[in-house]
This record gives sequence, structure tokens and C-alpha cells, in this order.
Amino acid sequence: MTADAVSASVVESGGAALAAPPDRGPRRNRAAYLRYGAGKLGGAVVSLLAVLVTSFFLFRLIPGDPVKTMTGGRQVSAAQLASYRREFGLDLPLWQQFTDYCGKALTGDLGTSYQFRAPVIDKITEALPNTLLLTVTSFVLYTALGIFLGTRAAWRNGGPGDRLNTGLALALYSIPSFWLGLLLIIVFSVGVGPVPGLFPTGGMESGGETGFAYVLDVAHHLVLPVVTLVAVEYGQTLLVTRSALLDEMGGDYLTTARAKGLRDDLVRRRHAVPNAMLPTMTLIFVNLGRTVAGVILVETVFSWPGLGGLFYQALSVPDLPLVQGLFFVFAAAVIVMNTLADLLYPLLDPRVGR
Amino acid sequence: MTAETTPPAARAPAGPRQLARQRRRASLVRFWNRYRSHRAGLLGLALLALFALAALTAPLTVGPDVASVTEAPGRPMESPSGDFPLGTDRFGRDLLGLLIWGTRVSLLIGLLAALLSVVIGALVGITAGHFRGVYDTVMMRVTDWFLVMPTLVLAIALATVMSRSLGTIVLAIGVTSWPTTARLVRAQTLAVESRPYIERAKALGGGHRHVMSRHVLPNVMPLVLAQATLIISSSILAEATLAFLGLGDPTVVSWGGLLQEAREAGAVSSGDWWYLVPPGIAIAVVALAFTLCGRAVESVLNPRLGVAR
Repeated sequence: MTADAVSASVVESGGAALAAPPDRGPRRNRAAYLRYGAGKLGGAVVSLLAVLVTSFFLFRLIPGDPVKTMTGGRQVSAAQLASYRREFGLDLPLWQQFTDYCGKALTGDLGTSYQFRAPVIDKITEALPNTLLLTVTSFVLYTALGIFLGTRAAWRNGGPGDRLNTGLALALYSIPSFWLGLLLIIVFSVGVGPVPGLFPTGGMESGGETGFAYVLDVAHHLVLPVVTLVAVEYGQTLLVTRSALLDEMGGDYLTTARAKGLRDDLVRRRHAVPNAMLPTMTLIFVNLGRTVAGVILVETVFSWPGLGGLFYQALSVPDLPLVQGLFFVFAAAVIVMNTLADLLYPLLDPRVGR
Repeated sequence: MTAETTPPAARAPAGPRQLARQRRRASLVRFWNRYRSHRAGLLGLALLALFALAALTAPLTVGPDVASVTEAPGRPMESPSGDFPLGTDRFGRDLLGLLIWGTRVSLLIGLLAALLSVVIGALVGITAGHFRGVYDTVMMRVTDWFLVMPTLVLAIALATVMSRSLGTIVLAIGVTSWPTTARLVRAQTLAVESRPYIERAKALGGGHRHVMSRHVLPNVMPLVLAQATLIISSSILAEATLAFLGLGDPTVVSWGGLLQEAREAGAVSSGDWWYLVPPGIAIAVVALAFTLCGRAVESVLNPRLGVAR
């Protein structure tokens, strides 16, 4: 609502600044964009609700009694089992569990974890910053690397550099991330032959450090997981950037730019790349959402105390409320990022949507 | 590209069926001639032939006994030697034999999951593009919803919910990876359906079924084929991932399962690289081979893509 008001006032002031007749165009464009944006936001909300419903029913399909799993085969009296059922609301009929779940989820309460006996939302907010640290660091690095190498590969299309880069990107893209992580641990943490263990084998901190030493320590732990993620993920960005730029290469405006006498380097940076970035932008946002979900394996391998590691722990029990909550968070990350990409795209590319 | 452009019917009065067969063969030859010029595609094909051979001859070369825990030939965790070129696992089994035996499961799951995924995708895409209207809108909403779900997380969730078996893995991967195919096939279906010959077929009394199976399907088939090749490679990776997370069938040997066992046996902290390296390389090479083939097929069908040769 506030967004509407703000853009409305922008439209008004914009209209006032212009001469009388031609301001109908931009105003209609803004209105069209607002309608478009509202549609996308509505779609995202529907998707989120659908995920909420799915995550509830999907994990109720698990055969077996969750209370039995919780007690882990210990001898427990019937009275105790009943009290567990009451504690987690499992004695209610399914539809009532569902309405309770939805009602609580809307207020931010995702239930209580079976194994930690703590609210799921607390476990998630605890782990989220760690996952974000890992994800955002790798995301920035692999996006920059992918775009840098992708533009160069496309500019020298078919040359040795292009073939080497594309081949390497495809090869790394085919590697299972967890396997690469394990190998990096063997080579750089355990040490092979003369190479000593340079990096810690896992975790996020050694413990005990404070202040600047703590930051350095975390950075030290961050190196191998980030290298793994960057190696596995940059290939896709490279390939998309490359094909987007190849599409632009035949453009007449590039010939014009060259005819003006611009250096090749400038033609690429000022003219070709900005246009090629448009399709790449969409992928970049979608990638960020996917990386949040993709860190499950890397966090598991490196015992990183984030959402992915938590998901793995929750799966092995299985700790239903926690799995359910994390499933929702992972799906929500992708949905939010997709929606952001949809909303930004018409703003970046005036030819689309408006 | 070459002499196949002359209409085969020019010589003899061939029946319609024979004519169709001749045309099909001619287009296959044309396809192969163009595919041949993609060196990466040929490399992928050669690698695949090698792995297919290994998988098919595995019962003769290693036999099912290689996976037996009780009759293991060596001592646990041996380093590579003359008897065991890749060493032994924690039960004393021959790792080279296990690697070859695992090819069967990894390839099988990759192929079946991709088949399932492509069948769902093609079915949804063709029907949505053909019937349009409300059905189309609803199906595309569903597709979009699957598209935004993190595939791996959904596959993990499905594999957790169902019993541990190969069928579960195939289902979990197949059910989560079809939306891209559905989108592509729908777009292609819409393009095909606007052609005049579809109108002619309808005017001659062709029903929905006839139009979809006789006219639309043959036209989207090449696209589906290229898509299938690419999906196989991601299915093999997904299988390895699920097995590594302990969600695979514990009774069969697969590459991902070998990696999981290696990790559980402490191969990482003791630096036993021979336990870890070969299965990972096998996964990467097969996935890469399918990707290379898929990209070559794609660029033969759509030369505008500008894939490097």
C-alpha cells in the first residue's frame, strides 16, 4: 500500500514537471508496471501458500509413528507416549493439525523440533546467518567469475580461450559438489604426501577467538566450502553470459560503435555487455535462490552449522517439524528470488513488460 | 547437407509407408552428418559407448558376487595393488569390480528417471499446447510451481517419504525434473499448431488424438530427445546425491552409494583417496558425456545456439 502511494506521488510529480499533453504515456506505463508487479506478487503469495500446504501433507505420508521415532526404540510407557502425542499435538485429527499448523505458520511459529525440543523458527534463525555468509560470499564470487569469463569466451568465440573455458565450465558443472568437497578436504585439510593440511576439515570456527582473530578464523574455515561452491556453480553463469553475448554480437549497433572508432575493449564493455546482461540478470537471481538450497551438500560435507547441515540432521531422524520448516524456507528462498527477478526485469529492460 | 535432398519418390512408385520410411532414413543420415561435425559430441558418444559396454558386460567381467560382503576377497581398506588395482573397501571387496558393477545402477537410474521426466513433460506440454484454455492455464500454473521448487530439496523430501528402493529414486528424480521439458514442448506445440497443415488435418476430420500423435508429436520429438539427453546427466548427478545423503537403496551398489560408504568408513580423514576418487570421476565423466551429446544434438537442431564445436 505504501509502495503504491509512493509511486503514485512519483507519477504526480513527474507529470507536473512535464509539459501538459505527453505525460499520459509514462503514467500509463507506470500503471501497467504496477499491475504487472501486483500480479507477480500475488502469484508469489499463492506459491508460498501452496508450498506451506505441500510441506504439511508431504511429510505426513511418512510411514511409521513419529512418536516412536522420537523415543528411538527405548522402553516407554503408554502414558508417556500419550503425553508426547499431546505435547506435539499429534493426538488431534489430521485436519485439525493442519489448521493449527497453518494458523501458527502465519504468525511465524513453525512448530517444535522433535530432536532439539526447541522451536523450529529459533533453530532456523540461528543457522540462517551462517548459511547466508557462505551463500552470499560464493554467490558474489561465482557470478563475477562467470560473467568475466563468459564475456571473454563469447568475444573470442571459437578461439582456444573460448573452448578451454567452455570445456572447463562444462566439466566442473558435471562434478558432484559433495565429491569435490571431499577431495578438497583430503588434499588441503588432511594433506597428501608433502602437502600439509592448510585448512580446517570442517565447522565454522575453532572456538576461543574473539574480535579480529575470530573474523580471520571464520574466513579460514570459509575458504574450502566457498571454493567448492564457486567451482561447481560458476559454469552455468559462464554459459548463459556467453550465449547472451553471442546473441548480441551480430547487432548493428556494435558495427556503429566500431565505425565510430571505439577500441574493441570499449565496444565490449560499454555497448555489448550491458545488453547481454539483461537475460543473465534473471538467471543470477534464480541462482541465488537455488544456491541457498544447493548448500545442503556442501554444508553437510564441511559440517558447516547452517540450514543445509540442519536439514541433513533433521532428515536422519526424521524430525518432521524441522524438515517441514526447512523445506518451506528453501522453497521460499527460490520463490522470493524468482519474484524479485520478475519485478526487476521490466525496469532493466524497457522493451519488456511496460 | 549432401545428396539426400533429392526426393526419394522420384524413381519408383513407392507406397506411403515406404515413402515415410525413406524420408525418415534420409533425415537420420542428414542428422548424423551434422552431428559428426561436433567433435565434443562425438567424444561424448564414444565415452557413453565405453560405459554402456562396461555396464552390459559387467555380469561377465565381474559378476554379482563382487558386491557380496561375506565372500570378500581381500582385507579391509587395502591400498591399490596388483590384485586390487583400486584397493579394497571397508569389507575387503574389490573396488574396481564395485565401480564397474555400479555403472549398471547409475546408468539405469539415469535413463529411467530421464524417461519418466520426459514422458511427463511431453504429455503435459503437448496436451496444454493442444487444448489451450482453462486446462492450459491450470497445467502451466502447476508447471510453474514445480519450476520454482528447489528440485533437489523436493527430490530429497520425496525420497525421505517413500521406502528405500530404486523405484523411489527414479520417481523422486523423474517427478521433480519435468517442468522445463513441459514448457519447451508447449511452446513448440503452439508453433506447430498454428501451421496450415494442422488446419487441413482437422478439416479432414482428424480428432485431438490424431493431431497430437500424428502431427505434433513427430515435430516435438527432436526437442524432447535433446532435452532427454541433458536430463539424463542431471539425473545421474541427482542419484549420486541422494545415495550420498543415505537415501538410496542400501542393498544395491551405485557410485553415490560407494562415496557414502567411503565417507562413513573414514576415508576422508585417513586420506584414502583411492576409495573416493574413482566413483566421483565416473559420475563426472558420464554426466559430462551426456551433456556433451545433448548440447551437440541441440545445436544440430537449432544452429542459432552457437555452441562451440
